[in-house]
Amino acid sequence: MEKVLMKGNEALAEAAIRAGCKCFFGYPITPQTELSEYLAKQMPKRGGVFLQAESEVAAINMVLGAAGTGTRVMTSSSSPGISLKSEGISYIAGSDVPCLIVNVERGGPGLGSIQPSQQDYWQATKGLGHGDFHLIILAPNSVQEVVNLVTKAFDLGEKYRMPVMLLSDGLLGQMMEPVEFPEITPSQADNSAWAACGTKMEREHHIVNSLYIEALDLEEQVKRRYERYAKIEETEAMAETYLCEDADIIVTAFGATSRVAKSAVNKARAEGIKAGLFRPITLWPFPKAELNAACKNAKAVLSVEMNMGQMIDDVKLALDCRLPVSFFGRTGGVVPSPKEVLEELRKLNGGAQ
Amino acid sequence: MTYEILLAGFGGQGILFAGKLLAYCALFEGKEISWLPSYGPEMRGGKCNCSVTISDEPIGSPQVLEPDLLVVLNGPSFDAFMGNVKPGGKAFVDSSMVAQKTDRTDIETFYVPATQLADDNNLAKGANIVLLGKLLHETGIFSFETVRKALEKNTPAKRAHTIDNNMRALQLGADYAG
Amino acid sequence: MAVKFQRPHSLCDVRLHYCAGCTHGIIHRLVAEVIDEMGIEGTTVGVCPVGCSVFAYNYFNCDMIEAPHGRAPAVATGVKRARPDLNVFTYQGDGDLAAIGTAETVHAATRGENIVVIFVNNGTYGMTGGQMAPTTLPGQVTTTSPYGRDPKTAGYPVRVCEMLSTLSGTALAVRTAVDSVPHIRETKKMIRKAFENQQRGNGFSIVEVLSTCPSNWGLTPKESIKRLQEECIPYYPLGVYKDVEIAEANADLLAMGGAAK
Repeated sequence: MEKVLMKGNEALAEAAIRAGCKCFFGYPITPQTELSEYLAKQMPKRGGVFLQAESEVAAINMVLGAAGTGTRVMTSSSSPGISLKSEGISYIAGSDVPCLIVNVERGGPGLGSIQPSQQDYWQATKGLGHGDFHLIILAPNSVQEVVNLVTKAFDLGEKYRMPVMLLSDGLLGQMMEPVEFPEITPSQADNSAWAACGTKMEREHHIVNSLYIEALDLEEQVKRRYERYAKIEETEAMAETYLCEDADIIVTAFGATSRVAKSAVNKARAEGIKAGLFRPITLWPFPKAELNAACKNAKAVLSVEMNMGQMIDDVKLALDCRLPVSFFGRTGGVVPSPKEVLEELRKLNGGAQ
Repeated sequence: MTYEILLAGFGGQGILFAGKLLAYCALFEGKEISWLPSYGPEMRGGKCNCSVTISDEPIGSPQVLEPDLLVVLNGPSFDAFMGNVKPGGKAFVDSSMVAQKTDRTDIETFYVPATQLADDNNLAKGANIVLLGKLLHETGIFSFETVRKALEKNTPAKRAHTIDNNMRALQLGADYAG
Repeated sequence: MAVKFQRPHSLCDVRLHYCAGCTHGIIHRLVAEVIDEMGIEGTTVGVCPVGCSVFAYNYFNCDMIEAPHGRAPAVATGVKRARPDLNVFTYQGDGDLAAIGTAETVHAATRGENIVVIFVNNGTYGMTGGQMAPTTLPGQVTTTSPYGRDPKTAGYPVRVCEMLSTLSGTALAVRTAVDSVPHIRETKKMIRKAFENQQRGNGFSIVEVLSTCPSNWGLTPKESIKRLQEECIPYYPLGVYKDVEIAEANADLLAMGGAAK
């Protein structure tokens, strides 16, 4: 297929339709707008459902309903909207139903700004609602990877019966790049054991539910979910490494920021600084083993983020604090520049020698 | 080869469109491309700029902070970005909108009264394309035929008549010797 | 010997957790009877609320989904949009539907969402122990209106059917009660009408059932029925507030360019 130029948000929407997504429920918010507008146009023409709900709260609960029937379904929003959705996300996780949730992050807290940010790392990886649960969090860094990860997100969600979040940001959502849509035949996992889609009087009724009145029953349920999580941590972590083999300094960065970091690494190499880039593609599960492998010759680590330092916690934990980990970030919707990151690398390089 | 291009002006001046044309030209030639708009809550009249990177290599940061080529269509953008052009780079300034002149000698600056030229030739709102014509003439990065293809790709059928107008605007810019 | 009375098939053979004298049991049974009589158990999905009827998923034999507090109409919307072939109903109390879920209720109605809403109104938060509800009557003592609900500070009760009947997407808005045999029969008739509306694609149907809460009202079941008749029904008059064929009722609006429901 020939390459086309598309914005990240639009490419994501197109990829979702191609991945067999049948329903979209959303509520307007910048900077995810192009995504829902694209689906509003395309879904009715291509046999899908687009519905603009009265609120993010309603939208995520519509997702719960559609997911409960075993239908491929998604929603998208941006930071403040994800906060509103967190109630429903907790119920979806507690009901063990799959869906795709897109967060095109913007600055916060509160109404914040509409510019790109990665301030929802903690929220996405640790606090998407009340209770013991995780979402698989995918963090692409190019429009092409957005497309590739959408299908994977649906597949992973169905494989493990859980919600999956694709963490984008204003930069990735608004940016146009050439993109190719791989030929895929969407294959939905068998959901006949749990979907609430009518008994046809052929089986016991299915109950999609997160309530367990007996504490021991709930504990049992949560533990079983954590067994699945353990398997995911073992098998589904993904990361990209760039020039890490001989690197003295490893820059860790995800999503759009990893591109800034890559530019900085290239500039640093040109100056003779042995820098490399480690980019987690899954933020949960965090690619711990991969990071340790990438850091085998490193003397220092620099976490570069579009926030005040959130992923750095996971970097330190993964490395068990055996290497010094420093931080550089811009926040509020400001994108760090390669130059600023290079400056940090120069400082670290001086310190490391 | 990598070109980092920044186009800047007010919202409504066709900044994003001009950037898109460059991006499509690059697409037709199989280049790596990133096109990134700055966005604001104001739909029209706000500050607007657009980063376009065209390269043979995969592109890192899509933000163009130090452009090889700068296109400016208003005074505030001139003040904001002229100092950032890479030494040896080129700047294309709509002198009908920008009164200022740069004192930089390490870059080549082309002052084109693009808005005036467009208005005089019944090409209202065509200043963006006039400047683009000058940019293509001075750099030779894409041929006019490629731009026509890009225009065809980005013009809805009911506005097809604007393609020829835009080609005329392109030529006006290219022919302007100032 | 011919069987004259038995558990409807679409009601599970389990012990309900409701208090003695609670009318939820009657209303569950009516819904189940209608599902049985229409032969739709195998194609029905119910959505339960948060509140006393939170466990309704254990009582109805059809597939069930448990919604967050107040969100049942949104969850039901998701089910119905994903699978228009299914019959979808919500079963909600007054706190769930008329306080925390007001937005979901109003917007499901105004969209003409093709679902059935069974709204059980007993004027109190039963599950959490008798707090003031959006439908608690003026002067009524509850644990959070210990001096009686004072409209000057706590506002007025919401009359849901009256409010929803103003919306173009509402096909059926009816208030019934389960205080007497004739009213119970009427309630069943209306529940059936609501499900039939859905099958015809007629839009949003709500059946509000005035009900009792002996435990939290601090009355015997018999006294509760008496209060329902003497205090509640006068404030919430029974009757049909709206009963239309959406397409006909909204002919003018549809002619203005809206797509037909």
